[in-house]
Parts: sequence; C-alpha cells; structure tokens
Amino acid sequence: MPIHILMPALSPTMTEGTLSKWLVKEGDEVASGDIIAEIETDKATMELEAVDEGKIGKIIVPEGTEGVEVNNPIGVLLEEGEDEGDIGDVSAPVPVVPAPKAEPEPEPEPGSAPIEKALPAPAATAPRTAPAVPLSGDRILASPLAKRIAANARIDLAAIKGSGPNGRVVKADVENAFSGGVTRSAAARVSSADVPDFGQAYTEVANTNVRKVIARRLLEAKQTVPHFYMKVDFVIDNLLSLRKDLNGQDGADYNLSINDFVIKACAVAMRKVPMVNASWTDDAIRMYENVDISIAVATEGGLITPIIRNADQKGLLAISTEMKDLASSARDNKLKPEEFQGGGFTISNLGMYGIKEFSAIINPPQSAILAVGVGEQRPIVKNGALAVGTVMSCTLSCDHRVVDGAVGAEFLQALKPLIEDPLSLLL
Amino acid sequence: MSDTNFDLVVIGGGPGGYVGAIRASQLGMKVAVVEREHLGGICLNWGCIPTKALLRTAEVYHLMQHAEDFGLSAKEISFDAKKVVERSRKVAGRLSGGVGMLMKKNKVTVFDGQGALAGQGQVKVTKDGKNVAVLKAKYIMLATGARARTLPGLEPDGKLVWTYKEAMVPDNMPKSLLVVGSGAIGIEFASFYRTMGAEVTVVEVMNRVLPVEDEEISMLAHKAFEKQGMEIVTGATVKNLKIGKSNVTATIEKGGKAEKVTFDRVILAVGIVGNIEDIGLEKTKVKIEKTHVVVGKYSETDEPGVYAIGDLTGPPWLAHKASHEAVICVEKIAGLTPHALNTSRIAGCTYCHPQVASVGMTEAKAKESGRKIKVGRFPFIGNGKAIAMGDDQGLVKTVFDADTGELLGAHMIGSEVTELIQGYAVGMTLETTEQELMETVFPHPTLSEMMHEAVLDAYGRVIHV
Repeated sequence: MPIHILMPALSPTMTEGTLSKWLVKEGDEVASGDIIAEIETDKATMELEAVDEGKIGKIIVPEGTEGVEVNNPIGVLLEEGEDEGDIGDVSAPVPVVPAPKAEPEPEPEPGSAPIEKALPAPAATAPRTAPAVPLSGDRILASPLAKRIAANARIDLAAIKGSGPNGRVVKADVENAFSGGVTRSAAARVSSADVPDFGQAYTEVANTNVRKVIARRLLEAKQTVPHFYMKVDFVIDNLLSLRKDLNGQDGADYNLSINDFVIKACAVAMRKVPMVNASWTDDAIRMYENVDISIAVATEGGLITPIIRNADQKGLLAISTEMKDLASSARDNKLKPEEFQGGGFTISNLGMYGIKEFSAIINPPQSAILAVGVGEQRPIVKNGALAVGTVMSCTLSCDHRVVDGAVGAEFLQALKPLIEDPLSLLL
Repeated sequence: MSDTNFDLVVIGGGPGGYVGAIRASQLGMKVAVVEREHLGGICLNWGCIPTKALLRTAEVYHLMQHAEDFGLSAKEISFDAKKVVERSRKVAGRLSGGVGMLMKKNKVTVFDGQGALAGQGQVKVTKDGKNVAVLKAKYIMLATGARARTLPGLEPDGKLVWTYKEAMVPDNMPKSLLVVGSGAIGIEFASFYRTMGAEVTVVEVMNRVLPVEDEEISMLAHKAFEKQGMEIVTGATVKNLKIGKSNVTATIEKGGKAEKVTFDRVILAVGIVGNIEDIGLEKTKVKIEKTHVVVGKYSETDEPGVYAIGDLTGPPWLAHKASHEAVICVEKIAGLTPHALNTSRIAGCTYCHPQVASVGMTEAKAKESGRKIKVGRFPFIGNGKAIAMGDDQGLVKTVFDADTGELLGAHMIGSEVTELIQGYAVGMTLETTEQELMETVFPHPTLSEMMHEAVLDAYGRVIHV
C-alpha cells in the first residue's frame, strides 16, 4: 500500500510549517534517508528525509505552501510493485490552509532538553482565529459584548477595570473607557490596516516566519517585560593582550574573538549571580540549573539566537569553535530546534559594526540580555593621571520582575574582573 | 412591646418590599416590614398571581372546547364562575401565607399597619387610626406600590365599572364587556373574559394594542384577538360612562365621531398612579414627579436615609423590577457594589392568548437610537414542538446591533413565550453577542429552538424556513 509522506513535527511545539521546497519530483526513486524536501518552521529550515525507499508517486502539497499542518499528507511514496493506480484518493483529508494564517506558537521550554518524539504531534487544529485582544499573561475576564466592542474600537481590554463579578469587564466599562482615553491595543497598532497610505511608493516584502516570530516575541517582550538598563565600561587592554598571546601561539589553528571571552566571562558571572539566569512565571521564578547562553546572530532572514550550552563548563577554545559552527549553521538556515530553543541569558554584540553602546530587548522568557559595544581607545583616568585605554561599553537589560537593580549590579560587578583581568577565566 | 430599633424598615410588603427585606436580612441587617393589608402586595394578592390562575382556567377551557383537534371528545363543557374565582383566591392565599413564613424564617419583623415617615430615621405605624408603634431605623425603604389610575368621567363604582380588583372576583360572567386600555392588564382581562364567552370590546387610545410592544408583535396580537371575536378599537377614547341599573353606556370617540355603546361591565385599565399619600412624604425632601417618587441610580431619594423602589418609582412597573431594584438598593446600603438596574434588560410578559413577551428595544426604538441593526424572525409554523402542541401561530423576533452583535431586543408572541423570554434576558445580562447564541445548542424538540433560529435568521443563516 502506498505510504503517505506526512508533514513532520520538527520540534515539540511545531503545529504547522511551510513546505518551502521539494527536492524530488514525481517519479523519482528515493532511498531511505534521502532528503526529499525542505520544511521551514518558525525559526529554521529543516530537511525532510525519506523513511522508506520507493518511488515518489504524487506530490500533494506543492512547494511554497505556507501553514501546512503537522501530519497532513504532503506526498505519496510508492513501494516496489505499486504504481500510480494504487494511490487512490489523496486529496488532503485535512484541508491545507493557504497563507496567511495564525502563527504557530513556539514556546520553547528553556532549560529542558528538546524532546525527540517519534509519535504524531497533537492532532491538526482547525484554523485558529486570533483572540480579539491578543495579550499574554492572565486571562482577562470580559463579557462577549465587551470583548467585541473593545475589539471594534481597538481598545486594550487589559487597561480597563472591570466592574462585573470578579472584575469582569462589561459593556459599560468599555464605554466608560472611551471617554477615559484608554490605550489602544498593540495588535491594532501593528496591524497593517493601521498603516495609513499617504500615497508614497513602496514595495511589500512578505514576512517570513522568522520575521513574524521576531515581531511577535519582541513586541511581547517590550510590552510585558518591565525593562531597566545598567551601563558599565570595561577596560579590555588585558583581554586584548591575552587574546593576542593565545591566538599567536605556535600552531594555533583557532582565532579567539573578544565575544568568546565575553561569553565565557558571562557564564562564570552567571554562576556567581544565578538570578540573571532565570525566568518569571506567575507562581514562581524559575532558576535554571545549566548555564546556557543565547548569542544573537544576524542572518539574512533575521535575528536568531543559537545557544552555547553549559558555557560555564567549556573552555574558551570549545566555546569559540562551537560559536563558529552555530553562526555558520544559522546563516545557512540550518539550525536544529534544540540549537536555538532555550537559553537562560543572551548576549548581543554589535561591536564589529563600531556601535559604541546600545540597549537590547530581553529575549523572553529570559530575564537579562547583555548588549556589547565596540572596544575602542578612549581617554581613561588611571592612578590619577590621564591615559589611553581600550574601553568596551556594555549595557545590561533586566526584567525587573526577576532581577532587581542591586542584583543586576552584582552581576556586572562579578563580570568586570572577569573581563578586565581575564586570566582568571583560564583557571 | 417588641423591639423597635432596626437597621432597615421597609414600608410595604409587596414583591419589592419583602424581597428587599429578605436580602437585607441575609446581609446581616435587622429588618422590619410594615404592611397595611397583606404580605405579597398587589402582585400576589390582586395582580400577577390570581390573574394567572384565572388565565389558566381560560386556557384549559379553551383546550376543552378544542378537544376534538386532539382526538378527544368533551361534551357539555361549562364552568362555574364562583369556583373559578375560588381557585384563584386560594392560589393567592397560599402564596401570601408563604411570604409570612419567609419573613419568619429570615427573622424579619412584620408590623401590621400603615407605615409613614415620622422625622429623621423614624417610621410611625398606625392601624385604624390608632398608633401601633414608632420604629427607629438607620435606613428606610419606601415600597408602597401603585394603584389603578382613574380618569375624569371614568370612575369605577366597584359594581358595574371595575378596576383590576373587582375584575378578578366576578360573581358571574358578564355577557358584554368593555375594556378601556390595552396594556398588559387590560389585554389579560380582555383575553380571559373573551375565552370564557363574553363579548369583549377593547378601546385603546394609541394606534395599536399592547402599545409598548414591538409594532409587528402588536399587529399579530391584534389579528389573533380579532380572530377570537374580540372587537378592538384603536386610536379611540372613552369619553364618558353612564352607569345604569345593570349596565353601562359608554361614549366611545374615534376620529371626531362619538358612539354610544352599552355593556354589562366595564374594566378600567388606563395605567397606574403611585401610592405616595399618607406615608409622610410632605415634610421630607423626597421629590415627586407625576405621582411617582424620583430616585437616583441606587433608589436613593433626596431625603438622606430614605430610599424608594418598585411601582412607587419610575417605570417599568413590574413586580420583578421592584424585587430586583430592592435587592440592589439594599446591597448598596450594605456597602456592596451592585450594578445599577439596567431597565433595558427587564423582560415584560403578557399572559393573554396568545402570550406576548419581550425584552429590550423594539425594532423601531433600535432604529431611532441611530444604530445599524439586524433583525431576525422565526414563525411558530416552522417549529416541530409548536405544531405538535397544536399551537402553530406566533413569532420570535430578534434585534441585534449590526456593529457589535449586541442583542438589543427580543419580541415574541405565541404559546409559552412568557417562559422562553428569560433565555434572551440571561443572554443580555451576560452581554452575549450573536455568536454565543448561535453556538448554544438548543434542545430538540422545544419551542426554544425558535429562539435559536430567530438569531440565525438575523445573520442570514436560518435553517427551518
């Protein structure tokens, strides 16, 4: 009997994906393990392998189709002795929903190992309609009518105090809010309907899944995470000279970057001040046991944050090698979900662009991100006299629900000697 | 001498007063009710309840007359007017006794007598001109209700010209009857007496019967009544009643022409006036407008510590409005935060045949309010249960706000609609949109399925038409 090739669940949270490319065509013979298609998930492009040998009997879902639900048949594989006549009715039993459509919900469980399961992903869900007021956090109690009126008027229900039972927002509350000038919901502001057309010429670049995820997650972070920022200057002359020594050793086939040192230093400092390696949940602060650091990598498709896991236990060389591999996979769009899902802290370095300093948006559900600027020569005061030093400005963004000012300061205090006197990192 | 210090004294033990008293007691207040005649008030003794008993008799009588339609045979169908009235009085008596029990159970002290405000925080109780007690109260709730309105030239004599009270206890059935006014009270009596065999004429000053209802419903009711043999004269007034020995000659004026018609009996149902007299309002700041006490959102009058609820205050003049208003008032006094009464979500029921029930805005009112609306309709003739019941005449109608999906109003005419309307009322209170109503699974076979269909119809999705 012909085998249905199903849309694979490439990560535990994947519910749908884009069938970006078929690498085989109908009639092609394939062997088990051959790569037959490329599937784009929310964050990466993954390869789909044939699980049996045979002949591609039919391609059901054409390439370029977005929003193909997990477990939907995408093609048919004919086994030996079977021909096209055996295929039967393969009109997709679950309708393939064309784009655009609701985003999948990638909610990585940081700290937990990615689950590799061979069992079917949750049953394909019907197309979901976005909630009238998409807000994270607690459920907002509101009457259906209040929700409808708020959605029509693009009023943020969360900003309205409910007068009904248990604080339920009722029609009257929303109507009162009209006069009160409540903030309009963010969803309204980012919806394309709200971008006025003033007649300027433009071209539209369709949003990739990665772009959409960046938009959603960072919007959510800026809106729901109470950020605060702390800035510190590191004098990195010692670091530069140590780096030079290490890279200049005989037979060195590596090239340690400043960022590798920063990663290692942060890892050690995170062990000392573990509160920066934690997530806020309503009931508890979740403190991660491993030191997994996400590193922001720019790719053509957008920002992605592969993870150096257990960075505190790795040497500079191991970190450096791993970072190069991850960055290259990221640029090729080949990161595996477990390589970018999770992490307890993020480092974003724009030093190579000559950026002096900047403030980064926290990568939820993490609680802190370090924005690293360029190391440049600046006048410094040393032993009461003016001198020239190489200074690198860093800004720590913290989620105040988890990291108080003093805790953030402690972290930077712990980080400073590790960067300014990096010999201790080698211990 | 019993204790005379209370947290709350309620003057009037009708459906507003006694319910408010019970709620106050639940909230830990020490409560007294002063009632001059009978617990349960007009509603229970001379209104809602005994008329329902009479109308039930009429309904059964009507069914017996149509027994053949159901494959039954009934011969020599007749009634004993005395027994019909007796049953109605028994029902009222049983319930009034029940309210007395409820007062005891809730430790509400009942004073038998006329209550009146007597200085700040004081209520004087008198009975037959004698002082019974002076009660001290932190809060006083006036719940004295209303009575039938009389117009010049249209005064009841209690024998041939009746108000609701006499109409409820006829010693025998009149052959011909004039009902002046086609509101709920007038139409219910008209329906009762017509079913029992009287020649009934209804005169209504407005251009349609049941003038507060949706126009479409009024028209359907008008047709149904006429089919039953009722004579309906709209846009007309009764100018004068000449009371004779055993009949009354009425001068009915319509379009400038006057006509004299003679009837056995006349029922006056031309509205109500508030019972504002003899309750000590004169020396207070309580404001009166057209015989009704003016109150704020939570039933507060202009006199500190004095509240008023029910028929004594503004419309709608319905027992269930009074009860709910009293509860809100008491909860507010107790420091809770109830929502003020939203009168646009109070259902009204008329128990004529066919029944009429409605809640919220009529189609015309909704249009007047400047909204874009969607209207749905579903006829009884498309409903299996209605046909099985042998009662396939009627309509369910819904009015929605097209922009928000808010259910603005629902209007029904037909069998058992008075029992159905609360479904929409619950939906409105929960602030439903059309979506939740569409998603609700209505049991089959029931008349309530029509409520579903009337919603679907408003959105072009009706199934069974």
